[in-house]
Amino acid sequence: MAVKMTRMTLTGNQAVALAMKQINPDVVAAYPITPQTEVVQTFSEYVANGEVVTEFVTAESEHSAMSAAIGAAAAGARAMTATSSQGLALMWEMLYIASSYRLPIVMPVVNRALSGPINIHCDHSDAMGARDAGWIQLYSENPQEAYDNLIQAVRIAEDRRVLLPVMVCQDGFITSHGLENLEVLDDAVVREFLGEYRAAITLLDKDRPITMGPLALQDYYFEFKVQQAEAMRRAPEVIEEVGQAFGQLSSRQYGFFETYQLEDAEAAIVALGSTAGTARVAVDRLRRDGLKVGLLKLRVFRPFPATRLVEVLTGKAVVAVLDRAESLSGMGGPVFTEFRSAFYDLSSRPLFVNYIYGLGGRDIGLDEFHRVGSDLRKILAEGKPRQIISYLGARL
Amino acid sequence: MRMPAKVYNELAASSELPPAGVILDPGNAEQYQTGDWRSERPVWNAEACIHCLRCWVYCPEGAVRVENGRVTGIDYDHCKGCGICAHECPPKTQAIVMTRETGRSA
Ligand code: SF4
Ligand code: SF4
Repeated sequence: MAVKMTRMTLTGNQAVALAMKQINPDVVAAYPITPQTEVVQTFSEYVANGEVVTEFVTAESEHSAMSAAIGAAAAGARAMTATSSQGLALMWEMLYIASSYRLPIVMPVVNRALSGPINIHCDHSDAMGARDAGWIQLYSENPQEAYDNLIQAVRIAEDRRVLLPVMVCQDGFITSHGLENLEVLDDAVVREFLGEYRAAITLLDKDRPITMGPLALQDYYFEFKVQQAEAMRRAPEVIEEVGQAFGQLSSRQYGFFETYQLEDAEAAIVALGSTAGTARVAVDRLRRDGLKVGLLKLRVFRPFPATRLVEVLTGKAVVAVLDRAESLSGMGGPVFTEFRSAFYDLSSRPLFVNYIYGLGGRDIGLDEFHRVGSDLRKILAEGKPRQIISYLGARL
Repeated sequence: MRMPAKVYNELAASSELPPAGVILDPGNAEQYQTGDWRSERPVWNAEACIHCLRCWVYCPEGAVRVENGRVTGIDYDHCKGCGICAHECPPKTQAIVMTRETGRSA
């Protein structure tokens, strides 16, 4: 049964900070970076006001922030940090330590372009670059989802079947600094939903001394990577269970993706994050003009829910995948390549086209979707795309 | 929780291992037989030995066996064949000489 909720008007950053307050982690180690700064700044006010029991570590860099979170988690604490862009890039080597030590650290990531040229606005190149670091990745469309995802992330990460760190992404400035109405749970409800944290193994258990992070060479390294991959393969069932449990609590259902007007659609558009909002309006307009198009908003990018995506997209004539990152592979963006690969084994599969858009915060509006719509119309009429990878909204 | 015994001297499967490479047994170095990559083998001569214990003091692996203050032999499961014991053995005594390793058995 759904519980009582309070309606509030918050930015995405404030919503995430509030969720952190309600999670009340044992340790938060952080370094400020635009556009994430407001998250740790707001959280530090909760610390100063005594509203959380958290030990707040002001680190001298993101590398140190992640290292401190790893140390705390290894000691058995529920540990968090938050970052963006260059900060995430500076954490790079420690991301792999967190996931390989199987530490359930949860980190809000406020997506921002990577330098250079230097830029502070939204794209997904930061988190997409970290897609192979062994972290679960959830993407949020708006402050409500950023809040909901963060709470669920803690339970997903800490599940003994998973024990992997989780990044909860939202779009820099677009949602992180945009005020929106959302419904928040009571502190007590969040705490009960998460339960008290008991680490699976901890360095501070004096009766069971252990070594963490030892050397594993040709004879053992491989086996530990297989364990990580298996944990990632077990994660979907946990993500699903937690999504359902959260849905019962809040009446907001969460799965791997969300669809809009997709069932009878001939053409599908795939988007992550805030773009999904614009896409919904675009789908309505394009449908009014006679194009049978629908939207698939991907929430979980790691682990990649290939089987479930195949189920809902099989039978579509064409799928346009929107990527807010250019992986510079010559093969399209990171979401596109995963989608194409997921459908490879099928004898009959949709055509796939890729639109790389919104880099460095370039806005995407209905005009851009209008262009996607007319391309999709042409593809439906001609049976194949003239161009597979396009830059949407760039001056060529 | 303990490490499966197999971990030390055989090759355990990923499903048999504690997660994340965590070592659950404290003080387990003795169980790990590190002597299998030796290319030279110290041979100890009981008759020549004067039990000065220099070899025991200098051996970096604790591989010189001593009982009641007297050397009793070499622990070939852990000796890495560095030759420090032979080098430190008094020149007039030469109770340890290094020979070419031909097989692992003690
Ligand atoms: S060869 Fe090296 S390891 Fe072996 S017993 Fe002598 S000093 Fe120790
Ligand atoms: S150093 Fe030589 S003489 Fe002294 S105890 Fe060792 S083997 Fe014997």
